[in-house]
Amino acid sequence: MAIDLRTVSITPLRQTFGHLARRMGADKPASRYIEATMDLQPVENFHYRPTWEPQYDIFDQTRTKITMKDWYALKDPRQYYYGAWTLARGRMQEIAEGDFDLVDEMGLAAAYPAAGKDEALKVFLPLRHVAWGSNLNKAYVSSYGYGIAISQAACYASMDQLGVAQYVTRLGMAFNDLDSLADAKAAWLNGAEWHELRRYVEDLMVEKDWFEVLVAQDFALEGLLYPLIYERFNEKLNAAYGPVFSMLTRFQREWYGETTKWMDSVLKVAGADNADNKAQLAAWIKHWRDRAVVALKPVAALAFGAEADAVMDELVQNLNARAAKAGIAL
Amino acid sequence: MDMKVAKKLGLKERYSLMTRDLAWDTTFHKMEDVFPQTTYEGIKIHDWDKWEDPFRLTMDAYWKYQSEKERKLYAILDGFNQNNGHLSVTDARYINVLKLFLGSTPPLELMAARGFSMMGRQMNGAGPRVACQMQAVDEYRHFQTQIHSISNYNKYYNGMDEFAHQQSRMWYLSDGKSFFDDAITAGPFEFMVAIGFAFEYVLTNILFVPFISGAAYNGDMAAMTVGFSAQSDEARHMTLGLECIKFMLEQDPDNLPIVQRWIDKWTWRGTRKLASVGMMMDYMLPKRIMSFKEAWEMYVEDNGGSLFKDLARYGITIPKCFSQTIEEKEHVSHQSWIGFYMKPEATPFHTWIPTPDEMDWLSEKYPNTFDQYYRPVLEYLDQQEKAGNRFNNKTAPMNCQVCVSTMKFNEPGDPMEMCFRESIYNGEKFHTCSDHCKEIFDNEPEKYVQTFISSHQVLQGNCEPDGTDVNVPDFKPGQNMLDYWKLDKRALGDFNGSEDQKNFAQWREQATKN
Ligand SMILES: [Fe+2]
Ligand SMILES: [Fe+2]
Ligand SMILES: [Zn+2]
Repeated sequence: MAIDLRTVSITPLRQTFGHLARRMGADKPASRYIEATMDLQPVENFHYRPTWEPQYDIFDQTRTKITMKDWYALKDPRQYYYGAWTLARGRMQEIAEGDFDLVDEMGLAAAYPAAGKDEALKVFLPLRHVAWGSNLNKAYVSSYGYGIAISQAACYASMDQLGVAQYVTRLGMAFNDLDSLADAKAAWLNGAEWHELRRYVEDLMVEKDWFEVLVAQDFALEGLLYPLIYERFNEKLNAAYGPVFSMLTRFQREWYGETTKWMDSVLKVAGADNADNKAQLAAWIKHWRDRAVVALKPVAALAFGAEADAVMDELVQNLNARAAKAGIAL
Repeated sequence: MDMKVAKKLGLKERYSLMTRDLAWDTTFHKMEDVFPQTTYEGIKIHDWDKWEDPFRLTMDAYWKYQSEKERKLYAILDGFNQNNGHLSVTDARYINVLKLFLGSTPPLELMAARGFSMMGRQMNGAGPRVACQMQAVDEYRHFQTQIHSISNYNKYYNGMDEFAHQQSRMWYLSDGKSFFDDAITAGPFEFMVAIGFAFEYVLTNILFVPFISGAAYNGDMAAMTVGFSAQSDEARHMTLGLECIKFMLEQDPDNLPIVQRWIDKWTWRGTRKLASVGMMMDYMLPKRIMSFKEAWEMYVEDNGGSLFKDLARYGITIPKCFSQTIEEKEHVSHQSWIGFYMKPEATPFHTWIPTPDEMDWLSEKYPNTFDQYYRPVLEYLDQQEKAGNRFNNKTAPMNCQVCVSTMKFNEPGDPMEMCFRESIYNGEKFHTCSDHCKEIFDNEPEKYVQTFISSHQVLQGNCEPDGTDVNVPDFKPGQNMLDYWKLDKRALGDFNGSEDQKNFAQWREQATKN
């Protein structure tokens, strides 16, 4: 039975849920992001302690050294709830699909100069494993982070990295070269150039403080790796051989540009909450930045040869500037 | 390898390249330090590579499908809200279904999201890890779309505004909370049996299809669309749960007794949660789909029966509780509704006595029990209500130490006798609602002594409004439960005479008169 309703305006009894009205300080309509995020994670009256870590509650603020008066202050400036995130990624994958199709149709990969191809694949392809490690480390943050604001953003970022790992794999396939994927895996496991980077990623797999994992993986490592490879190295290849790799890694560049906004805002808000946070974040950033430089130098050398140090120095300056802008003095 | 070879990759090889080939065995740290949780439950896995991917979805395809679904879903929601779609539901009693749903379901979807994220971090095998991560992010979708679809109702009707606050405090939501808390605090394999298999496979249809069809039958396009859209994700979740069971059983014969015990435990725990689905179907939907008993026969006895026949080749037997659940299907919905009716000051949704027509429908659907046991009770309560003597049970309930249900279920074979069981642990007595809950308790007493039972906690002063000083000399616990729950008085008690009833009637008239 469908009934015909005339358009009438009725006055609502309330504009939003009680927990959101209290948070906003007024009963006013809340955005879908706010409705999907704020104050939803249970914080009390847990029935049982985890059998796998009985020292903690199911969700426990003391799983990190960072403290927050309000964990939901760690909002996502992109306002990603599932729907917004998946629509944004849906658009990005459509463009990526177009790029991969175009490269295929026009035979751009086959026409790519052999020297350039070898130079590029050697650098790009092992990064599928780095992204895979990033997926796992972000999954840790989304599992044990406190509050839905951080857990959902980390969950989406973790899935994004699975996507990156798969796009890099497709890059190898676009060049019709499964052997180079196997070679890249061997290099990742045994090559001296990748040794320190793999150590870095694996060390984070056993690090227990989820906020430290976030800083080390997302800010320090990816804050250097993404500009190094997906910006600088692409620019170098573009100039020498043409823009095919730039096209096939567009997703990564866009992802980095966008995700940086989220990461910087998390740092800024956590640092602003209290002085201990600020000091802790500075200590973590310094420690992991220096390690990331050690981890990435051999990769930079592979990509840039003699110019590697100069490129890395510049990227470190940029990373320091991001930290400073987020209010973290190093 | 040349071009043709790369192009000719089969779906399976290609997917493998996109997932497990990305993984490696760590060397700077031992694998058991990277994945420390997968051994202590006693499940033996010899070869994670034997895992059969239950679905093969790469992220690009995932984003493509899911973004198309989201675009459609939110377009329908927006349209429904703009046109005051809430006024097209059968009658305002229906909205109480949404109140029950909002309190009980999105919070559990959220726990599923967090739990599957943990699985997506902790499983050693790359195959299961990816599948669990994908389910985790789906479950974010579910609780968020559910909240978004009900958000507009909250603007016009009472009892939905404090669901986030109430999720950990309301006595009747405690059974669902204990269910998920129990699963997430167990090891990863038990979680997969609990949520991946028992909840998502054996019980998912009886849990969700009645809500979705109920919404469709009763003119709620918003909830219906959200429900249908989520079902397409559930198809993936079901295959994951089933694959996980098969994988464990194929890996080592020693896994069988452990898995069987978990299947018995979680099928029973899930069944206890169904009582509220039953009362929704039999009492709360103004336009009914089918009886709970019929749904139980179709979704659990028939579908579940053939599932367990299928698993027999692994040595799995039908869950022990099945025969009891078959007996209970004729009782639980009535016992639940009457139980809620009798507590008019303790729920954010309204209750009512079924109309004479509705009682006749119940007689027809429950020929063995309704006229004999439940019609007389309902008719008596109705008379009392009309005589100005509305029943109001203020005594603290007794709860099961395992499933946390209020003790209201009958002794097997004797509908007039209330069932309870007792266990002693460390010299203390603990009560359970049934043989099955007692067995669960006795298996892991150190876990179940921790259960947060509101009626006990109230007496200890642990359920007071925020800011209460429990140390003042004349402090009496439990005097401010409405504040502790943030329960709006307008949302309590009888539907008849409620603000919802009046507003709906007035608004609907405004919107339909010429
Ligand atoms: Fe779900
Ligand atoms: Fe699900
Ligand atoms: Zn029980």
